[in-house]
Amino acid sequence: MIRALHSGKNVFLAVALAIGLSACGINNVPTYDEEVKAAWSQVQNQYQRRADLIPNLVETVKGYADHEQETLTAVVEARAKATQMTLPANITENPEAFAQFQQNQSALSSALARLMVVVEKYPDLKANQNFLALQSQLEGTENRISVARRDYIQAVQKYNTELRTIPGRWVAGIFYPDAKVKETFAATAESQAAPKVNFQ
Amino acid sequence: MIHAFRRSAWAGLVLALLCFALPALAKEPDYPKLTGRVVDQAGILSDEVEGQLTGWLQGFEQDTKRQVVVATIKSLDGEAIEEYGVGLGRKWGIGQKGTDSGAILLVAPNDRQVRIEVGYGLEGELTDAVSRAIIEQQIVPSFKQGDYETGVINGTAAMLNALGWKGAPQAVAQPVPGPGPAVGFDWITLLYFGGFFLFIVLRMMFGRRGRRGLWGAASSGWGGGWGSGGGFSSGGGGFSSGGGSFGGGGASGRW
Repeated sequence: MIRALHSGKNVFLAVALAIGLSACGINNVPTYDEEVKAAWSQVQNQYQRRADLIPNLVETVKGYADHEQETLTAVVEARAKATQMTLPANITENPEAFAQFQQNQSALSSALARLMVVVEKYPDLKANQNFLALQSQLEGTENRISVARRDYIQAVQKYNTELRTIPGRWVAGIFYPDAKVKETFAATAESQAAPKVNFQ
Repeated sequence: MIHAFRRSAWAGLVLALLCFALPALAKEPDYPKLTGRVVDQAGILSDEVEGQLTGWLQGFEQDTKRQVVVATIKSLDGEAIEEYGVGLGRKWGIGQKGTDSGAILLVAPNDRQVRIEVGYGLEGELTDAVSRAIIEQQIVPSFKQGDYETGVINGTAAMLNALGWKGAPQAVAQPVPGPGPAVGFDWITLLYFGGFFLFIVLRMMFGRRGRRGLWGAASSGWGGGWGSGGGFSSGGGGFSSGGGSFGGGGASGRW
């Protein structure tokens, strides 16, 4: 009788503990991990989308602004560098690879920004419908990139906070010993400096 | 043994209960409430125009299951309109969950900025290029003259047209930039009248569904033919957003 009572109490305790722990976030680490993964693939998607736009853009600009070989070459090279990089599967937990990825993409961003400044000198180009369409797609994609980056930063912040603070830290220590803090984007000096305009 | 287990279990339980009391705090701009398909916080639209737009947007959703909303705001609160647009779209959840089939025409008259914010699911039709063409050709020219109503009406109609809905008349022929030659005027006219005619025939066949959307526009020009409070005046009755999400698609403009 007493035993039955005891085991009944124990079952109650176990159930309450399970409910409590899940409210506490025993599943938080894997859940947030998945969110980070989803956010990261969105970041990659959007950078890829930008890379896909570039050949067309370069072709169109070439037709009107052949004097800008240097700027165009810089864009093509930066794109090649950004797309040729093989990303390790664990890039979000790999500081070197992540920094490399970010560096390549921001080099491409600034090469593109310079190109978009240079084309201001060519009114014929700016009136070209194809160019206008590409330009708006590029602008839209840059905006999508910044949204995707922001989402990623938030997802990582949530995940890292969970890993580093109590009680998530204890939960992770017991149940998810392999979980590692993830890398996130930092605003680079390059991306903060607006492209310079030279009036000549 | 059992006692030790129980003690730690109790401790765990207390800890677990404490965890309930941690609300998530996030700072965001002061977004207006989603009171209907047209949210005119800036107060630039008359009741007639609001009714007309609401009629279109309602018909559009009934026919396509997609959602388009018009929002005018007093201030961007110092944010870029691109950030504000995504934040507003996500907060309101315009479009259906899963397909993310929503779009917002966002007007910030005091900041002199406008944006077409497009949900993931509509980016294929309401592309960045099309959005920009709509802003530059349909909206900004009227806004420059201070005529917000015409700009919003033409812009909304053009958005709905770009999304393949024929219920809103195409106010001005618009050459949409894109790969290939611009679309000819005759083609547009044909589409416009053909679509319009088809729509009226369908309406006659299937009844009016209790809306006055198009008849006012057809019989008495823009903004005519309405009593106040037609369709959707207060409380947001009948409209709820579907929980769609946004990823920064669309275009912005200034004037």
